[in-house]
Order: sequence, then C-alpha cells, then structure tokens
Amino acid sequence: MENLVAARIQMGFTLGFHMLFAAFGVGFPLLMVLAEGMALRGGPAHYLKLAQIWGKANALLFAVGAVSGTALAFELGLLWPGFMLLAGSTIGAGFASEAFAFFIEAIFIGLYLYGWNRLSPLGHWLTGIPIVIGGMASAALVVSVDAWMQHPVGAASLLRTPARAAPLAMLFQNPHWPVMALHATIACLAATGFTLATVYAMGMLRGRRDEIHKAGLRIAMVLATGSAILMPLTGDMSGKAVAAFQPTKLAAMESQFRTQTAAPLRIGGLPDPKARTVNYALEIPGGLSWLAYGRSSARVVGLDHVRTADWPDVPVTHVSFQVMVGAGLLMVVIALYYWWNMRSRGGGLTRSLLGALVAGGPLAFFALETGWMVTEVGRQPWVVYGVQRTADAVTPAHDLLGYLIGYALLYLLLGTTVIWLLRRVEREAPALEEAA
Amino acid sequence: MTAGVPWPDVAWLVAVAAMTAYMLLGGADFGGGVWDLFAWGQDAALQRRAIARAMGPVWEANHVWLIFLLILLFTLFPIAFHRLVIGLYLPLNLVLLGIILRGAAFVFRAHGRRGIGPQSTWGRTFGAASSLTVVLLGASLAATSSGGDLTIAWRSWLSPFAIVTGLFALSATAYLAATYLTLEASGGLRKTFRARALLAGEAAGLAAVLGLALMPFEAPRLFLRLVAPDVLGLALLAAGLGAGSYASLRAGQDRLGRSLAAATLSVLLWSWAAAQWPYIIYPGFTVRGSAAPALAVRQVLTLVPFGLVLLLPSLWLLFHVFKGRLPIDGDAGPAR
Ligand code: HDD
Ligand code: HEM
Ligand code: HEM
Repeated sequence: MENLVAARIQMGFTLGFHMLFAAFGVGFPLLMVLAEGMALRGGPAHYLKLAQIWGKANALLFAVGAVSGTALAFELGLLWPGFMLLAGSTIGAGFASEAFAFFIEAIFIGLYLYGWNRLSPLGHWLTGIPIVIGGMASAALVVSVDAWMQHPVGAASLLRTPARAAPLAMLFQNPHWPVMALHATIACLAATGFTLATVYAMGMLRGRRDEIHKAGLRIAMVLATGSAILMPLTGDMSGKAVAAFQPTKLAAMESQFRTQTAAPLRIGGLPDPKARTVNYALEIPGGLSWLAYGRSSARVVGLDHVRTADWPDVPVTHVSFQVMVGAGLLMVVIALYYWWNMRSRGGGLTRSLLGALVAGGPLAFFALETGWMVTEVGRQPWVVYGVQRTADAVTPAHDLLGYLIGYALLYLLLGTTVIWLLRRVEREAPALEEAA
Repeated sequence: MTAGVPWPDVAWLVAVAAMTAYMLLGGADFGGGVWDLFAWGQDAALQRRAIARAMGPVWEANHVWLIFLLILLFTLFPIAFHRLVIGLYLPLNLVLLGIILRGAAFVFRAHGRRGIGPQSTWGRTFGAASSLTVVLLGASLAATSSGGDLTIAWRSWLSPFAIVTGLFALSATAYLAATYLTLEASGGLRKTFRARALLAGEAAGLAAVLGLALMPFEAPRLFLRLVAPDVLGLALLAAGLGAGSYASLRAGQDRLGRSLAAATLSVLLWSWAAAQWPYIIYPGFTVRGSAAPALAVRQVLTLVPFGLVLLLPSLWLLFHVFKGRLPIDGDAGPAR
C-alpha cells in the first residue's frame, strides 16, 4: 500500500477514535458539576450518586482520551513530518496553549475523582469547574489548528518570509476559527447529552424506572436539547464560512459539479463524479445559493473550476454531509418530542419515546464523525488548504501498512475493553445505591 | 527590547526544564510500573496497592509533561524534530505503543468496585509496558548523542551504549519511584520500598559505570565534553548527589534520600544537556541551526509564563491534597 493511503487511513481512524472519548471529555464534566451542584443546593441525594457514577465513567473515558490524544500528538510528527516541518512552529502556539488546558483538566480530574473524602463538599464541587473550562478550552484551542489548516491565514509569509510569520495572529485572528470552535465544541456537548439519554432510556426500557434513571435522563436531555438546537444554527455559520474560504469543499459537499447561478440545494442523493451528475437527490431550486450567500440568485463556484486531480472524494464528502445534517435535524425532533411528552403527557415516558431516545446517542456520534469526515476529506488533496499537498507531507518511512494493522488491532482491543468496563459501571450503579 | 535575546537558547532551556519535570514526575510513574511488575515478597499485593494509590490522582497530570515536551520540540525546533520522527520512526512508535498500553492498562485494572486487580493481564501489561517504554526512551535519547546515522537502526538506538542508557533510565526511574514510595507507606512496607530503592540504586550505579566505559567508543564527543572542565563539575556534582542519596537511604533518612535522588537525576540531565551543547542531535543539528524563526519562538515562549501562572498553583493544590500525607482508605472512590 502507498504510504499516503496508509497514513491517511491511520490518521483518520486515530482521530475518529480520539473524538469518541474527547467528546465525553468536553461534555461529561458539565453534567457532573450540574448534578453535584443540585445535590449541594439541597436537591435529592440521588443527584450526588449520579455525579459519582458519572465521575467513574468519566475517569475511564478520560484516560483513554488522554492516551489516544497522545497517539495523535506523536502521529502528527510520525506520519506527517513534511507538514510539521512547514507548519510546526505555527500550529505549536495552538497546541502549547492547549497543553496548559490539558494540565488544568488532568490536575483537577485527579482532585475530583480521588478527592471525595479529602475535600469539603463545596471544595469538591469547585474542583469540577476547572475541568469543565479546561475541557471546552482544549477543544476550542485544538480546533484553531484545524481551522488554520482549512483557511491558512498568513501562509504566504510562512512560505516566503518565515521570519515574519506570527503564529498567534495566524491561528487566533483566523475568522474561520471561532465559527468552527463553536460548532465543534457544542457538537461534543450534544454527543454526551444524547448518549447519556440513550443509556438511561435503555435502562428504563428494561424496567429500571428508579429515581436515578429519571433524574439522569432529565439532566441529560437539558444538555442534549440546548445543544441540538444550536447545531443547525452554528452549522449554518460553518457552511457560510466554507463557502467563503473553501469553495471546492462546498462544491464537493453539495455535489455542485458546474459553476452556476441560482444553484439548487440537493438533499440526499449519490453523486457520480465520472458522469458529473447526482442521482436520487431532491433539489430545491436556488437553495444552495441562498444558504451560502443569502441570495437565491447568487453564483456558486463548482468543482469545474479546479482540475479533476485536485478534487476531494466527492461521494464521501457529499454523503457524510447529508448524514450529519440529517442526523442533526432528527436530534432536534427527538429533543422536542421528549419535552412535548413531558409537558402534555404529564411526564409518562412511553415506549415509543424511549425508543426514539435510544436512537439519539448513536445519531449524535454519527453526526460528529461524519462532520469531521466532511471537514477533513473535503480539504483533500491539501493538508494545508492551497499551500501544502497531503502527498508532500507524508513520511518516507517503510512498512506503514504493518503499523496501520497493529494500531487498528490495538484500538479494537481498547475499544472493546472500555465498553465492557462501562457496562460494569452501569451494572454496579445499584450496588452504589445500596452502599450509600 | 527583545532584539538581543538569543531565542533559540532560551527555547532550549525551556525544553530542558520541561524534560526535567517529565523525568521527575512522569519518570517516577514509569518507575512505579517497574515495581508493579517486579513486586515480590509476602506484601506484594500491598506494594501494588500503594503504587496504584500513589499514582492514581497524579499520573495524568504527570503525563501531560510529555505532551508539552513534544509540542515544544516541534514548535521550537521543527528541523530537528523532522529528523527525529523520520530517523527514530520505529522506536518512537514503540514508545507510543508502550504509553498507550500502560495508560489504558492502569485505569482498566483499577476499574470497578471489585477491580480487575493488579494480578490480571492488564495489571501485568501496565508493568511490562512501563518498563519497556523507559528503556526505549533512554535508548532514543542516547541515539541523539552518539553521532551515528539515525536511519541505521542498530547503529543508533540499538547500540550497546544506547541499550545501557536505556537500562540506566530503567533503574534510575525505579530508584526515584521507590524513594517517593517510602514516603507514602509506613511500617514494613516502607522498609520494603527502601530496600527496593537501594537495589535500584546499585543497578543504576552499575549501568552508569558501564555507560561511561562504553561512551569513549560509542559517543566519543559526548564523553570528551563530559570530562571537559566546564561540564565535569556538573557531572561530578551529580555523582556526589547520587552517592549522598544512597547513603541517606541506607541511614533511614527517607525524606533526604528522596530529595537528593531528584536532585541527582536533574543535575545528571543538565550535565547531558551541557555536554550535548550546542547540538540537539549530534552531529548535524545544532540548537541554533534547527530552531524555528525568532518571531515564532518568541510568541510561543511568551505563552509559557501565562500558562505557568495557571499551572503552578493547580499543581501545588494537587500535591498538597494528595502528597505528604498517607493515603486514606477509600481514596479511589466516593464514600460519602
Ligand atoms: C453532533 C454533531 C453535529 C451535528 C448535529 C451537526 N454537525 Fe456540523 N459538524 C460537526 C458536528 C455536527 C463536527 C464534527 O463537529 C464538525 C467538523 C468540523 C467542525 O467544526 O465541526 C462539523 C462540520 C460542519 C461543516 C463543515 C465545516 C468545515 O469544513 O470547516 C458544516 C458546513 C456543518 N458542520 C454544518 C452543519 C449543519 C448545517 C448542521 C445541521 C443540522 C450540522 N452541521 C449538524
Ligand atoms: C477530532 C476530530 C477530527 C477528526 C475525526 C478528523 C478526521 C480526519 C480524517 C478522517 C482524516 C483523513 C482524511 C483523508 O485523508 O481523506 C484526517 C486527516 C488529518 N487531520 Fe483531521 N480530524 C479531526 C480533527 C483534526 C484536527 C483538530 C487536526 C489538527 C491538529 C487534524 C489534523 C489532520 C491531519 C494533519 C490529517 C492528515 C492529513 C490529511 O489527510 O489531510 N484533524 N482527519
Ligand atoms: C476537535 C478535535 C479535538 C477535540 C475536541 C479534542 C478534545 C480533547 C479533550 C477534551 C481531551 C481531554 C481528554 C478527554 O477528556 O478525553 C483531549 C485529550 C488529548 N487530545 Fe484531543 N481533541 C481533539 C483533537 C486532538 C488532536 C488533533 C490532537 C493532537 C494532534 C489532540 C491531542 C490530545 C492529547 C495529546 C490529549 C491528552 C491530554 C491529556 O493527557 O490530558 N487532540 N482532547
């Protein structure tokens, strides 16, 4: 296998794997702090138990998040030495600030998890706050690096007069960064909220309708709903940013093969890059022009403005985008269904509602992963958009396929062990209840 | 105002400082893994428990030093970093594998109310991966000093000198960990860890002598610089501190022994850095020649003090809450 292909696959699944855990790293602390805070303010004791159970699950997820993140930090160099040679000194400013966020997160996670008997109740609750801030800050900061790869502000000076390249401005005055940071961080909150709702809804379907399950579901749905509603709004901002900075990616997302005024919005469908057509799509006339530029008559640049060799993988980008948006809209529907049910049905949780809630977690993670596929695959063949080709960044080392297989097996092992252990945490939850 | 500042040199100092922090904090956690693997005697289960308790709250924070160091390297010295990740592709992948396995194994085995336990496969994985990773880290460091071609594997990180350096790293971190553990245990367990420390100290001394004997042949420049008048003092200081640490432990002065152990390894690392100067990878890559442009270095380095303002008080809190007092029963989980 070619180095480029092997390295891309390895990077893709390491990032995809990390993302599963990182999302909880952003969302879980917020839920723990909410639950423990409610218990502190005189709420029922099962809120405290929730915080403790979630803390345990979070300990496991955080550790795997940390090791898979370490793998990423190594692999950026090991797989993409050319990229790091060009851009290491620029993106380092983002990673260095992120490292301090990691420190804060890791330190206070230690205090939180092991400090139940050493700190006062208020003191313990307070150690949760820096975890929340650290998790969100590390997500937002690492995204500054990715946003720069999408829209490399200042790259011209990096190439021509490296001595004048100023990393802080390049990373943090990039207009693409806040847009991405917002959408990507809220996505992590949505994924955590919906996944917990899935867990509690599954428990209830198996007849465990105790207070812990009800309270857990309620807190999870508060987070899930708030973030689900924000996803289409921030996603629209992301779409407009892509239209402005990466016209080729937008064209791939929408399968817009030719440059056109009043471009239609295509919903669903399977693009055929050879024939330059899209099959089975529902077309809304002028929809894309309107969404991207606010005028239904606006001109949208198509894939035809670049050589075919410079196209990203159009079917993958397009289908991933459709899946993310579709999942995002379904998530909003599920959240509204829950609150409608709680209001007008007096809170009786029907089996059909619980069934819908069970689907929420997987949908959110599908959206999260396909969203990153859109972003990363849609950027190809560039690693730094318009500046450095992915093929020029890859390592010259040998036998990449062997490493790829090795890491794939390793992640498989870690993934299955985590799931097995999490189920133990879940099953032990009643034991915790008895012990207290 | 900043025009006259030699930014690459400052960058190197910061990197060596981060390396020191990782060695003293993360290194001890590797040493904990070594003692977990080699726990023997009637109180073996207690030893493992003490190690798990000592590491539990702090290991993730200690681990971040490695990430920080890695980031500093590719940010401040992208040219040398480029050489390292290509030349040491295999050992660095193995280091990564070891780090993934030990981190995951450490939480996996500790998990659940009736944990899987230290004797499980994950327990052994934690110990074995920790031990192998330290050896590889030591060997990789030696490879940057020996002047061999990094791309010829057996010439650089598999040379006798590199392997002895790796074994030195293994015994030194084990020594460090055991001296820390004496202060986290009482009674018989404390005696056990003291005996372990002495054993590791002897092994480290032996490896050091062997390494010194190989150095003139395998890392001649490093050797010449190490015995040059401007570096020799530092190296002798490290040796003296090491002997002092060992003697204090012998005399039952655990607290002094631990402080001197940390001082020994720090001064030793600094002697290496001084002897290695002006190179980052010998030959071919000097600190000044492989640094990022001054503006980039300056911008990243100005972030560091701001970060430290947040980091240092938090670290103090962490160690204040968990260290210096014996562990409480139930530390690993909620009991209120
Ligand atoms: C829970 C997850 C989730 C949900 C429900 C959505 N997204 Fe999303 N989306 C992500 C999770 C995500 C992501 C994985 O987090 C990405 C990848 C990069 C980024 O910034 O966020 C992303 C990227 C991303 C991009 C590409 C940005 C780029 O390449 O720079 C666009 C245009 C959208 N999204 C648009 C939407 C729209 C219109 C949604 C309407 C429902 C939507 N997203 C829901
Ligand atoms: C965490 C969410 C992310 C996911 C799931 C993700 C996913 C992916 C995928 C699927 C690829 C392979 C794409 C392809 O080759 O076609 C990739 C490539 C890559 N990503 Fe990301 N990515 C994420 C975030 C980031 C961030 C924040 C950075 C920046 C630090 C980054 C840097 C890279 C690099 C350097 C490559 C390799 C070069 C390339 O193939 O373009 N990614 N990522
Ligand atoms: C948008 C994408 C990303 C998000 C949201 C994210 C978020 C996080 C979070 C919240 C953590 C804390 C651990 C946890 O809770 O699981 C974490 C850990 C980590 N991440 Fe990521 N990350 C992303 C991408 C990356 C990339 C691209 C890299 C490296 C190139 C990276 C490197 C790391 C490292 C080294 C850690 C371990 C830190 C520790 O030991 O505490 N992450 N990440």
